[in-house]
Amino acid sequence: MKIKHLISTLALSVSCAISVGAIAADTIKVGVLHSLSGTMAISETTLKDTVLMLIEEQNKKGGLLGKQLEAVVVDPASNWPLFAEKTRELLTQEKVDVIFGSWTSVSRKSVLPVIEELNGLMFYPVQYEGEESSKNIFYTGAAPNQQAIPAVDYLMNDLDVKRWVLAGTDYVYPRTTNKILLAYLKSKGVSDADIMINYTPFGHSDWQSIVSEIKKFGGEGKKTAVVSTINGDANVPFYKELGNQGVSAEDIPVIAFSVGEEELSGIDTTPLVGHLAAWNYFQSVESNENEAFIATWKAFIGDDKRVTNDPMEATYIGFNMWAQAVTKANTTDVDAVEQAMLGQTTPNLTGGIAKMNNNHHLSKPVLIGEIQDDGQFEVVWSTDSVVAGDAWSDFLPGSKDLIADWSSKTKCGNYNTVTKVCSGQK
Amino acid sequence: MKHFFIICSVLLALFSSQLSAQQSPVIATQTQAQLQQLTNNKLRQSLVLLQSIASREGVNMLPLYQSLLDGQLYFIKSDTKLIKVVKEAGKKHYSELFTDREITAPAKKAIKKIRVNNKIRIYLRKQIANLKLTANNPQVRQDAVQSLLRDLTPTTIANIAQLRLNEKNIEVQQMMDLALTLDSAIHGKLAVTQVSAIAQLQGNLEPQVRNTLNALNTEQSHPSVQKAAQQALLSIEQSIQFYGYLDQLFFGLSLGSVLLLAAIGLAITFGMMGVINMAHGEMIMIGAYTTYVVQLLMPNLIEYSLWVAIPLAFVVSGSIGILIERCVIRFLHGRPLETLLATFGISLILQQLVRSIFSPLNRQVASPEWMSGSWEINPVFSLTLNRLYILAFALLVFLALLFILKKTSLGLYVRAVSQNRAMAKAMGIRTARVDAITFGLGSGIAGIAGVALSQLTNVGPNLGQAYIIDSFMVVVFGGVGNLLGTLVAAFSLGIANKILEPTTGAVLASIIILVFIILFIQKRPKGLFPQKGRAAE
Amino acid sequence: MSKLSQYFSTRSGLQSSILPFVVILFVATLGCALGNLLFAPDSLFYVSTYTITLLGKYLCYAMLALAVDIIWGYCGILSLGHGAFFALGGYAMGMYLMRQIGDRGVYGNPDLPDFMVFLDWQEIPWFWMGFDHFWFAMIMVALVPGILAFVFGWLAFRSRVTGVYLSIITQAMTYALLLAFFRNEMGFGGNNGLTDFKDILGFSLQADTTRVALLITTAVVLAALLWISQLILSSRFGKVIIAIRDTEARTRFLGYRTDRFKVWLFVYSAVIAAIAGALYVPQVGIINPGEFSPINSIEIVVWVAIGGRGTLVGAIIGALLVNYAKTRFTAIMPEVWLFALGGLFVLVTLYLPKGLMGLYSQYREKFGPKPTQVQR
Repeated sequence: MKIKHLISTLALSVSCAISVGAIAADTIKVGVLHSLSGTMAISETTLKDTVLMLIEEQNKKGGLLGKQLEAVVVDPASNWPLFAEKTRELLTQEKVDVIFGSWTSVSRKSVLPVIEELNGLMFYPVQYEGEESSKNIFYTGAAPNQQAIPAVDYLMNDLDVKRWVLAGTDYVYPRTTNKILLAYLKSKGVSDADIMINYTPFGHSDWQSIVSEIKKFGGEGKKTAVVSTINGDANVPFYKELGNQGVSAEDIPVIAFSVGEEELSGIDTTPLVGHLAAWNYFQSVESNENEAFIATWKAFIGDDKRVTNDPMEATYIGFNMWAQAVTKANTTDVDAVEQAMLGQTTPNLTGGIAKMNNNHHLSKPVLIGEIQDDGQFEVVWSTDSVVAGDAWSDFLPGSKDLIADWSSKTKCGNYNTVTKVCSGQK
Repeated sequence: MKHFFIICSVLLALFSSQLSAQQSPVIATQTQAQLQQLTNNKLRQSLVLLQSIASREGVNMLPLYQSLLDGQLYFIKSDTKLIKVVKEAGKKHYSELFTDREITAPAKKAIKKIRVNNKIRIYLRKQIANLKLTANNPQVRQDAVQSLLRDLTPTTIANIAQLRLNEKNIEVQQMMDLALTLDSAIHGKLAVTQVSAIAQLQGNLEPQVRNTLNALNTEQSHPSVQKAAQQALLSIEQSIQFYGYLDQLFFGLSLGSVLLLAAIGLAITFGMMGVINMAHGEMIMIGAYTTYVVQLLMPNLIEYSLWVAIPLAFVVSGSIGILIERCVIRFLHGRPLETLLATFGISLILQQLVRSIFSPLNRQVASPEWMSGSWEINPVFSLTLNRLYILAFALLVFLALLFILKKTSLGLYVRAVSQNRAMAKAMGIRTARVDAITFGLGSGIAGIAGVALSQLTNVGPNLGQAYIIDSFMVVVFGGVGNLLGTLVAAFSLGIANKILEPTTGAVLASIIILVFIILFIQKRPKGLFPQKGRAAE
Repeated sequence: MSKLSQYFSTRSGLQSSILPFVVILFVATLGCALGNLLFAPDSLFYVSTYTITLLGKYLCYAMLALAVDIIWGYCGILSLGHGAFFALGGYAMGMYLMRQIGDRGVYGNPDLPDFMVFLDWQEIPWFWMGFDHFWFAMIMVALVPGILAFVFGWLAFRSRVTGVYLSIITQAMTYALLLAFFRNEMGFGGNNGLTDFKDILGFSLQADTTRVALLITTAVVLAALLWISQLILSSRFGKVIIAIRDTEARTRFLGYRTDRFKVWLFVYSAVIAAIAGALYVPQVGIINPGEFSPINSIEIVVWVAIGGRGTLVGAIIGALLVNYAKTRFTAIMPEVWLFALGGLFVLVTLYLPKGLMGLYSQYREKFGPKPTQVQR
């Protein structure tokens, strides 16, 4: 019977696929969990290539612990439940030792329960809203205090900005960042009338009304700036509309937290010169490490025009730290590597040293760059020293008492300093 | 003393503008030294240096300011000599800064750009405006005064007052008068002077006027001044509100034109042929990528690229459409819901194809110069040019299509086949050919829409996905198979959306529109303009 | 409409029996369950937890396909919005699971879910009331999508919206809900949705036994719904439904209030989709607005078409096959799997217009014993 046959093939092949994966073990397996199709492919494909490049480089150096590294690439297809499923597949079927992956907050949230249950290890390379610290995840992107707050400080002190437009896509990162910024601005004495908050849906493409509103808001005498947490795809039409309505960076500068070199490579940047972005890395930064990294990347990808960006640096730092931690722990066992990671340092690409703190977040410098007409950023300001990533914001009422510390003393990602409780821990 | 200096510099400017550019200007040694220091590239120092240079030098520093502002100022690393690098039509021209003498191109690594930031740019712009008050071109003088309105220092006012005496051009005179009036409105010694100045400002829409009046209204100014300011403000606010409505209308029309462009191809493939064409969005995407490829092939002729891209996109998308029709859709006649599945598969394939060929990253499509910027009607009302062109273009495409369908024999065949296939066939119309051509036409028009959309939004593999749902809504709302319905639907949805948006926000506005369409279809199950007669069933 | 029904009218009535399928379903499910619980991980017969959750997910999709097939295959209503009912059911279950976390969230707040704490909500919104009770949540799983389907269907069928117009407004419905649930003000967690569930009815969701129990529950519910659906569709009610599919006008002239029949079938189908959603959420561990996306709903239709519409078992097989193919393709050839999937859709529509079940019945007609199908 046809149906019977189909069902049994189905069941058989599922179970076969399972038993094969586990045998070979003379390599160290590195899972790559980045969307290669769907809406997020646009950003995540680059990171997949970055990990592949780093693995190739590491293998040239002889691999790790005398073994070669082997990449296991899967496509979670920008589908959030699929992220959880693929994580389980990577950890239980492919038995990978570490995963590099995720971009959006929701994909990380989807992975989180699985990776905690199976005690895996993941490196998350994108700037995000904070409010999380898991034993099994290392956050190598920026927390809000490593991007948003220094950016606002710069605008306030160096450009004398008095009015603020907080424009973002309606999802958790802009919401949280804007909550933090709102509290921060108010603590600096900015009144409600001087703050305008605006949310738009994903992929918003018609910015006419909003830009004209911003223009009006900014034309009322006080120096105005836009703090943009607008996500990926919506940026191009936003900047195009800014340019066409004649909003120049000198009148109303826009500082963005999600626009990097790669996003700019899709836009004609001539009308955008002078608008700003805050990151921990820019391709234009001059350092020996960065020069080498860019050269390797261009050679690897076979395209002299490909750019590098901040999440790539975060991946680079995460990968190198992981390699060092594995060497230090002399095993790929998750618990051992996790402890070895704490306090690990490695050169970042901007000429300094990145350090992994006990809360699984990095210490990194904060840079502010102005967009140039060649699609690159020119650094106009940077913090004097590195800033330690803060897992729990001090500006949100819910999280100001929480701290994360995975060192041997507390081992808790959300320890409440007032009630002395580590919630959710058995 | 200061006044004397300004008059001197003005005279100097008048004098030096007569000089030919080839002659090197005389530059004080101290300035020379400071120019050298600029190459240190310390942004905070740069501003101080520039201020010091400006206090000593006059119009002869204009090339320095201008090239700094345009990001064209470099220096040769070995001898810190300042040079200007101008990119023109993809080629770089190198010249000495003050003399404009061409020099041989140095190695890429041997030169370095002198950086500026926003603060310096603002300063430079002010300096340039001050210097340009004496330019030969009246328009330049007018713009210079206008850009100075924002920052009227006593020196600037004195300068303008001086120049006003000899100004011949009426428009420049008016702008200068405005500057002087603004100044006396703020700093007038007597309340009467202030009040009369305010009276002159009545009805002026310059944002600076409103800000000044606002400041006078709220501050502890003389009661009569405050009252006058209030009155002037009231009339200004009224006209701003009026232009605000016009703005909204234009935004709505513009959104409507985008919807129309996106939907019009679908109105043919779906509306007339009954193919639930899920690959329609990908046809738009292919049109946009065609624009990208055209610009890639002719990098120095961006201005004309769109004219090449429009017919080419029509041909490329149209041929792919015909290919799809010949290979897949013709086997599915009379099974509209199956076309949904097949075209959905095709759309997945096309998306992945583009991803494999062009990478999943967005591609950069430049806007030609003539499409950038806006048409400023008055200080509070301006229409962005790209939107204006796209609006006109959408209407043009619509009219052309209407003409093809109503006035040509092809159109007659197309309508005949869509209304009664069997009868048309019996009359000797080669229905298979007409089907292929119709689908090709619809796809080709989607391709043209892609060219227009490439000017507004991302060119990436997801471009089509963003428009497919909206397109279906427009066609269904307007009435399937009715081109005029599509037109009316597109513009009414666009305008409704833009009227709602300021009060509800963008997300809620879209939700309300969707709910409205759902309810509207209950009331009129066949859309705004239902097909009548036997063909309707 | 008439073109559509012409096509369908060539199809004969109901499949005579679903028994073989149910037997296979139970054997496979029980086999996997025992394999997972009884054997050690290195044993040949061990079935991994990954397979269990995967199977559970597939069965939920199968249930969803069943729901679409009931209205599309048997009543000719092509809904491009069934993902909305699925997601609503999922959200109702998700809200219950969220409340079960209690004070074990990262902020340790006993009253509010984590996402409300960090977005600074002061108290739980009214529509979250009652979701800490399992029974209440289960009622809501069926009630909310049921009412939505009733209102939507009542409006649409009464004013005789048919064909593509109906399809497009169902799409508009799910799209509007997608946008609405993305909004953080709605109080459903915005884009992140609901996640990080701990336990259900006191059993840890991380335990293998819970997973196996959920899988078995899903299989039992699927079999039950299959059986009930077959009963309904072969009853008098079902005959009218099929008559409506074939020529609605004639049925109406015979004195049947066709709109009422359609509404109740639509509600029944929506509730099945919602139950599928409710079973899906604890097994995949997340529910977010992405489930509302119109593309998802189109995909469901594709599963049904591939399996063979108008055959309940066919829809289920289609869902299982396409999803299995998706899982394999994304792992084997992540760069090009969309080509394969897209190609599959095109080829099936062209060469298997009646889906895999059509292929099967062709095969039976040619080689097998005489069909024992009930003739209409």
